[in-house]
Amino acid sequence: MIRFLLRGLLRDRSRSRFPMIVVFIGVFLSVCLYAWTQGVVQDMIHASASFGGGHVKVTTRAYAKEADQLPNDLALFQAPDLLAELRQDHPEMTWTPRTRFGGLLDIPDAQGETRVQSPVAGLAVDLLGKSSPEPGILNLKSALAQGRLPAQPGEILVSDDLARRLKVEPGDVATVFASDIYGSLASANFKIAGTVRFGVGAMDRGAVIADISDIQSLLDLPDATGEVLGFSRDMVYSDAHASRVASEFNAKHPATAPAAEGSKSRKTRYDFTPEMTTLRNQSGLGQMFDLVASSMGIITVIFLLAMSIVLWNAGLMGSLRRWGEFGLRLAIGEGQGHVYRTLLLEALMVGLVGSIAGTLVGLGIAFWFEKVGLNIAGLMRNSSMMISGVLRTRVTPSCFYVGFIPGLFATILGAAISGLTMFRRDTAKLVKELSE
Amino acid sequence: MKDKTIVDYRLQIADCRMRSAVGGRRFAVWCLLLAVGGLFAQPTGEEILRKLDANAVAGNRIVTAKMIVTGERLERTLEMRSLVQGTDKAFTEFLSPPRDAGTKMLKLGDELWTYTPATDRIIKIAGHMLRQSVMGSDLSYEDMLEDRKLQDMYDAEVTGTDTVLDRPCWVVDLTAREEDVAYASRRLWVDQERNIALKEERFAKSGDLLKTTEVTEIKKLSGRWVATDVVIRDELRRGEGTEFITEDVEFDASIPDYIFSKASLRE
Repeated sequence: MIRFLLRGLLRDRSRSRFPMIVVFIGVFLSVCLYAWTQGVVQDMIHASASFGGGHVKVTTRAYAKEADQLPNDLALFQAPDLLAELRQDHPEMTWTPRTRFGGLLDIPDAQGETRVQSPVAGLAVDLLGKSSPEPGILNLKSALAQGRLPAQPGEILVSDDLARRLKVEPGDVATVFASDIYGSLASANFKIAGTVRFGVGAMDRGAVIADISDIQSLLDLPDATGEVLGFSRDMVYSDAHASRVASEFNAKHPATAPAAEGSKSRKTRYDFTPEMTTLRNQSGLGQMFDLVASSMGIITVIFLLAMSIVLWNAGLMGSLRRWGEFGLRLAIGEGQGHVYRTLLLEALMVGLVGSIAGTLVGLGIAFWFEKVGLNIAGLMRNSSMMISGVLRTRVTPSCFYVGFIPGLFATILGAAISGLTMFRRDTAKLVKELSE
Repeated sequence: MKDKTIVDYRLQIADCRMRSAVGGRRFAVWCLLLAVGGLFAQPTGEEILRKLDANAVAGNRIVTAKMIVTGERLERTLEMRSLVQGTDKAFTEFLSPPRDAGTKMLKLGDELWTYTPATDRIIKIAGHMLRQSVMGSDLSYEDMLEDRKLQDMYDAEVTGTDTVLDRPCWVVDLTAREEDVAYASRRLWVDQERNIALKEERFAKSGDLLKTTEVTEIKKLSGRWVATDVVIRDELRRGEGTEFITEDVEFDASIPDYIFSKASLRE
């Protein structure tokens, strides 16, 4: 019987092949859309953590309040002691110092005069340490477009787009200008070791990556750093874990007493004790993630609902179209219950085959996009958000059933509802109905 | 009757004399008041600016000074030597601290270059860099470049009087005539006698206070009143401000012309 029905599925165009194609397309699109939404959210979290503030970030309380201005005069002093403490208290995480700075990259001509210059977003990380996690976190080897990674002090990486704009190549000398801890204009010459392209618009537009020791020297920040970032070792952000680590750290480092009322000194207004913030709580990222996730969720739910209605309608239409066939079957003595059951079984087969095929093809496409990605960097050129310019899907366990369940059940439900009319048909009138 | 008439007549004469004497004294008092009033009559804003500009503009001079920059957590002192010609040429070399020693700045009209020995580069300060702080102080490069006379840039109005450093001052409000000035408006407290600004507030177009300057010491050097200790505060920056102390000024100094060239920055 099942073999007969399966054969019928493929041979009968209107009864099963068309409904199956509808189910297939619906399930396939649902899986792809869901995997894409997962990819967008996960990419945002990953890019924000890697290029932004880690899974947790330690700064002074004063720095945290004005973090958007990159106030390195409010940096963490005695950073090596703080790093040692964090590594001892939370060995399950990777801790690394970073200093961000705004500045100018000035390219000299043969006479040493300015040939061209551009504002840059500077990122100082531990590039030269033998056990530094930074090359891995920033994925520098894959991001390298030209040249090589810095191997000695005085070498920098420049974003490839910026290098092309300034017409510089690996080996050229560039001067970096930035404000030091006193707010004074500081400058130092660097050799461009290589150029990088991360696929993240905010980084690719004008980033300069230097070793943190060079930048500590440039900005007059000995033993100081703007931020200390913490990453979970599997690089997967867990808000529960990050929140626990942050609350433990902040309990150990309470804020200093606020400035006395009427205090004349401006110095007392600032609190230089360290404070840890989770990725969610950095610069409103949590709200942004929630907004994106809920928007994506709403889009997915609406799409799934629409697809369910389409599939349900397909089931209904299929059954109604077969009004004459059911009448004939009843007229030759087939029981109403039997006809109804075969109708449901057919719907089950249509739903099952369509959903399995749709899920498999959808997962295949999603896996392929997860691996290869779709380059939309051109559209993200002016974006200041830490979003990858390569669109990738993310296949999660939910992708396996998110299309399958509505695909199967909507088809059966449609057939089940339309099939109920069968029980209202009067057997005595069947011959008359059929002869008309 | 005759005697009475004579007496009345004499009384009238005495009354006239007395009235005449009183009138004379009144006239003298009025004359004195007018004279004193003439000496200290409220001058117009333009007159005050003209005197201010005349006092500020000098010929060649060599200034040795130091800046004490009090930041959020740190304080540092920079020593410098400036060679100045009029208002549009200046060459400054920082002498200390060691990290900044040898840093030089050259101003020629409305252009500014800086040289740092660490990079051996001469960089023109232009565009948004002009708003950067000079060596971490509360002074911007834009402030350094300002060489036009106040009377050429601003309309002035005397809005009152005040006392600063125990000196009577005119309070003068300045409003920019053109868009192309660093500060849309200013308020000056100008010493009524010495024609030197003892206090200043500089405002943005929005009316926000951007910078305050307070003179804490003035000295007469070579017959000219000079603010030798000035506290400048950028109201948009953190920190306590910058104290600019003039240690020595040599007026009418002989400064070779080649000093005011880019080549001298590398020497």
